[in-house]
Amino acid sequence: MDNIVNITVVDREGVEHQLEAPTDMNMNMMELCKSYELPVEGTCGGMAMCATCHMYILSDHDILERNDDEESMLDQAFFVKSNSRLGCQIHIAPELEGLKVQLAQV
Amino acid sequence: MIETDILIIGAGPCGLFTVFEAGLLKLRCHLIDALPQAGGQLTEIYPKKPIYDIPGFPEVLAGDLIDHLMKQAEPFKPGFTLGERAESFEKTEDGKFIVTTSRGTKHIAPVVAIAGGLGSFEPRKPPISNITDFEDKGIEYIVRDPNFYKGKNVVISGGGDSALDWSVFLASGVAESVTLIHRSKSFRGHPDSVQKVIDMSNSGKITLLTDAEVVGVNGTDKLASITVQAQDGSTSEINTDHWLPLFGLSPKLGPLSEWGLNIDKNSIEVNTFDYSTNVDGIYAIGDINTYPGKLKLILCGFHEATLMVQSAFKRIYPDKNYVLKYTTVNGVTGF
Repeated sequence: MDNIVNITVVDREGVEHQLEAPTDMNMNMMELCKSYELPVEGTCGGMAMCATCHMYILSDHDILERNDDEESMLDQAFFVKSNSRLGCQIHIAPELEGLKVQLAQV
Repeated sequence: MIETDILIIGAGPCGLFTVFEAGLLKLRCHLIDALPQAGGQLTEIYPKKPIYDIPGFPEVLAGDLIDHLMKQAEPFKPGFTLGERAESFEKTEDGKFIVTTSRGTKHIAPVVAIAGGLGSFEPRKPPISNITDFEDKGIEYIVRDPNFYKGKNVVISGGGDSALDWSVFLASGVAESVTLIHRSKSFRGHPDSVQKVIDMSNSGKITLLTDAEVVGVNGTDKLASITVQAQDGSTSEINTDHWLPLFGLSPKLGPLSEWGLNIDKNSIEVNTFDYSTNVDGIYAIGDINTYPGKLKLILCGFHEATLMVQSAFKRIYPDKNYVLKYTTVNGVTGF
């Protein structure tokens, strides 16, 4: 299908979910998870202010650069690893084809 | 005992607008909020963020919207119980509710409107299994009274403003010693506070441990020491009287989940006719409720509040006739 990338999300129980993510809806990873009713709260709505969409990047995609707001929020979060990102700051784009992430504990 | 007509739990945008709409019907309101200031998420999480979907405001800062709502509510003289969490309720024989807060303040009203957003804001607790054993026995998530730490050895964790500011304050002649532990090398608090901490670390007033994390708490009947893990995985133990993990706040539904209300995924189920819950006399409006088609938007909360107070009026004055009046015709007459 056009404008769709395939993304794998591993939930907190270790179950893998195959998601189809539209690249033309201005969505991010937090919103994508919510649209599939995966257990991602997205409390702050996507402003990098709550860390409830904290996830780890498992695949070899070059998207580890965090922005300042995100760094600052991850400073206050728990279970942070070097591959930690906030889902709300990862914009769904064609380059994400095949991305695999894991939801962090809350 | 604080008496009112509509007791609103949650002083966010939706709770504040309820005061205005209730006031038009000559109903008085009192608000309870766990945070020390009104505004809910808007003032606590994102006061400087612009909001673009408030009808009539092409762009408004969240903090400014709260200021406007406070001004709009002002003629109706709302009461506030701030910094206290609504904990429990009991029903009186004449059908009123007595709501008690975490500090024991009692309120009585014939109608309760829960406008609690995502719940009450509570400190984020580090994931250490026995941490609760030492709460208020050496571990505190909030500094209530700085003098409590006079002459004590204090360890603070966190990299935000509250961790930095309390480190500076307690190290300025209050505590015996202050150690600040932070997971990374860089601090993201206010640049002035960061500089102060660095200066005080250089002059030996604050012991600064970066790239480190507290992973264990130890003691018998009270906190005696903490276990700190460095980035390379090595651990060490630091003796201390107090540990203050200051990692900000996150919202929790909390005690409201025990009120016998029908709950679906952390939200309170309501009837969209008047946003009443399954408990007669208790309503739920704004982000905290759920119904088919629900959207968590401030503007939807305003609508819900408006319909809710009509129903509340009928509950309080079942025999009084009333017709909707327009503010353009009658203006706003306060109390």
